[in-house]
Amino acid sequence: MIDWGWIADHVPAILGRAVQHLEFAAIALVVGFAISFGLALLSVRYRPAYPVVAGLAGILFTIPSLALYSSFVPVIGLSLLTVEIPLVLYTLVIYVRNIVAGFDSVPAEVLEAADGMGYTRMQRLRAVELPLAVPLMVAGLRVASVSTIGLVTISGILGSSFGGFGFFIFERPNFATEILVGAVGSIALALLADALFGVLQRRLTPWSRLNVELEMAKTGRSAAQATAAV
Amino acid sequence: MDLIGAAAAWFMDPAHWNGANGVPYRLAQHVGISLVSIAIALAIALPVGLYIGHTRRGQALAINLANVGRAIPSLAAIAIVVPFTQMIDPGKGFNLYPTIIAMVVLAVPPILVNTYAGIAEVDRDLVESARGMGMTERQVLRSVEVPIALPVIVGGLRSATVQVIATATLGAIYGLGALGGFIVEGVAQRDDGRLFAGVFLVAALALLAEGGLALVQRRLSGPVSAAAAAAAAQAS
Repeated sequence: MIDWGWIADHVPAILGRAVQHLEFAAIALVVGFAISFGLALLSVRYRPAYPVVAGLAGILFTIPSLALYSSFVPVIGLSLLTVEIPLVLYTLVIYVRNIVAGFDSVPAEVLEAADGMGYTRMQRLRAVELPLAVPLMVAGLRVASVSTIGLVTISGILGSSFGGFGFFIFERPNFATEILVGAVGSIALALLADALFGVLQRRLTPWSRLNVELEMAKTGRSAAQATAAV
Repeated sequence: MDLIGAAAAWFMDPAHWNGANGVPYRLAQHVGISLVSIAIALAIALPVGLYIGHTRRGQALAINLANVGRAIPSLAAIAIVVPFTQMIDPGKGFNLYPTIIAMVVLAVPPILVNTYAGIAEVDRDLVESARGMGMTERQVLRSVEVPIALPVIVGGLRSATVQVIATATLGAIYGLGALGGFIVEGVAQRDDGRLFAGVFLVAALALLAEGGLALVQRRLSGPVSAAAAAAAAQAS
């Protein structure tokens, strides 16, 4: 059933798509984090902004990606931006929630102690709040990376210059070998990212091994992430 | 961008309300596929979650499996089973079965984890006192643990349902129809009205399910679990 000859002949193309998949995902994960970090800081400093930011990001998340990818085409044409804008938009809700939760997880006594020691706000942010918020930020990075890798697959709908492994899923719907290569590749990348950031997360919070896994499983694709898989 | 106008005009056209490509048929299709997928996921995840929560055996395995399930991209999950189900049935095996299988993979983790966590988080003193009263393990599970854990379990069902409704649109890439059909056709034919009508219908259905199950969840977290907790506390 599997045409091994096709796979052997297409090794460079498969590797090229793997690189494209990771590239698309990495750009969105970095840009999305930078934007979210700003939005999260704003939400922490000025609390009333948080429901607005989280609400808007949540609504963006409910737009099916099949539709969001295609709706930018008439406006900006087909370029790297056509993929990256939707991908970045989808990361926002995951990142913002986790970064804000990270800052919220810093105990009030710790903040008071820092204030008492004469830290300025900037110093307190850099030396106290940021390090303590890192574990939850990494949790967010883990969820966002898995979600983004899945969404890159769907960008294959935009045509043959997109999709990463998704290209193989969309190219010829009746050729099993190619579809399997695309599906297995996407799944492997997602699992790899999940495992990689999972290890990082456990390193950062060695005291709560199983709890971290449980929280991930519980919040991973919960309400906020509802529609992003589309 | 007159997307709302385009979608409204599309909805006004009576031709879009008839036949196998019309709104009522595809809506029913979408609801049907979602319900079947959720029912299968419940049949798998509930017993396993109850067992693990009650006995506390196999927690790490269940959690890790749930995380793996969570990480699998749904489009890839559909695509990877297509070649196999197609051998069984060239028609339904190309779109219906793969979509349902992928939706089950999507729905099992939240239901399983919430069931397990809900049961495991029930106050151990309550469970012990129920045992002390001479309840069998089955009775403890049925009359103490499940009623208290029910809101959490329904919470898992709620996020699973919303995800399934939204993600079942992907089946349309393989010609499944349902509400995703409007989106895929709208993209292919550059028909914004059709595209956004599809987006609107999917979002509305997902929000409706979310709201409905949230209501159920709130009802349950009120009297039932409070009464169960009170009864158990009184018994101790």
